[in-house]
Amino acid sequence: MSVAATLSDLEKGLIDQYQRGLPLVSRPYAAMAETLGATEDAVIQALVNLQKNGVLSRLGAVVTPHRAGWSTLAAVSAPKDRVAEVAAVINDFPTVNHNYERDHHYNIWFVVAGSDKASVFETLRAIEGRTGLKVLDLPMEEAFHIDLGFKVTWS
Amino acid sequence: MELTDRDYKLLEALEDGIPFTPEPYVVLGRHAGMGEAEVLATLERLCTGGVINRLGLVVHHRELGYTANGMVVWDIPDAEVARVAERLTDEPVVTLCYRRPRRLPDWPYNLFCMVHGREEADVRASLADMVERLGLNAYPHDILFSSRRFKQCGARYAQRRKVESIA
Repeated sequence: MSVAATLSDLEKGLIDQYQRGLPLVSRPYAAMAETLGATEDAVIQALVNLQKNGVLSRLGAVVTPHRAGWSTLAAVSAPKDRVAEVAAVINDFPTVNHNYERDHHYNIWFVVAGSDKASVFETLRAIEGRTGLKVLDLPMEEAFHIDLGFKVTWS
Repeated sequence: MELTDRDYKLLEALEDGIPFTPEPYVVLGRHAGMGEAEVLATLERLCTGGVINRLGLVVHHRELGYTANGMVVWDIPDAEVARVAERLTDEPVVTLCYRRPRRLPDWPYNLFCMVHGREEADVRASLADMVERLGLNAYPHDILFSSRRFKQCGARYAQRRKVESIA
C-alpha cells in the first residue's frame, strides 16, 4: 500500500492546494487552516506528519532555472559494465544534485548546478576527465511550463 | 530582476524549508538576519519577479505512488517548437517542458517534457494518447524511463547558496 492511501483529508488538502501560493502573512498556517476548515495546530501537525512519512520533501521555494545561478542537464553513455562506477564518480561532485539511470543509449542523466556557467562547465570537464566519457551538455534554453506543483489523483 | 546579497541570504535560509511554528517567517528571518516584515516583502518580490517559481509544499512523487517518471524528448522544427510546447503544457500529465539545444550528430532532440504516472504503462498510454490527439506522430520522439535513482537533493548554487531548481 502506498503512503498516499494513509493520508488524512487535511493532508491531502494541503497537497492539493498549497504546492504553491503559501500565504505571505504572519500566521500562514492559521490562514491555511481557515481555507481548509481546520485549526492552525492541525495544519502544523499535518505538515509534520507528511514530512515524517516521506511525502513532503520540505515546505519551501522552487527557484526558476538560471535566475539564481546556472544549471544544466547532462548525460553520458556508459558501457553497461561501467554504469555503477561512472555513476559513483558523478555523484561525488557536490554540484551534481540529481542523477538517474535511464534506459537509453545515453544511460546516465544528471543535473549540475553552480553559481555561474564557468563552475558548471568546470564540473562537466572534470567528469569527462575522470570517466573518459564525452558529456552531453543540454542547458535549458526556454521554459514553456511553469511548475505549478503536481496534481495528485487520489485513488 | 537583479538579486541582492540579502535576497541570496533569504534563499539560503529557505533551503532547509520553512519551519512548522505559528510564526515561521520570524524564525526564517532570524536565520537570514532580517525581520519578519523584510522576509515577507522579499518573498513577495522574489515570487512576483519570477525568481521563486513557487512557494509551498515540495512533495516526493514516488512516495505518493507515482513511481514511473518518463522523460519524453522530441525533435521539432525550430519554427514549430513554441506552438507544440504550448499544446504539451496544456496536458495535465506533463509537469515540465523545456527547449534545450540539439547536439548533432549525438543528440537530435530539442524539446523535453516530463510525464509522471503510477506505472510505466500509464505513462506510455498518456504519451500515445497525447501524440494521437495533438497530431504529433510526424515528429521523431523517444521516452526515457529512470530505472535507478543515484542521487536527488537540493541544488547548491554555491557553497553558501543552496536552493532547489527545476533544471
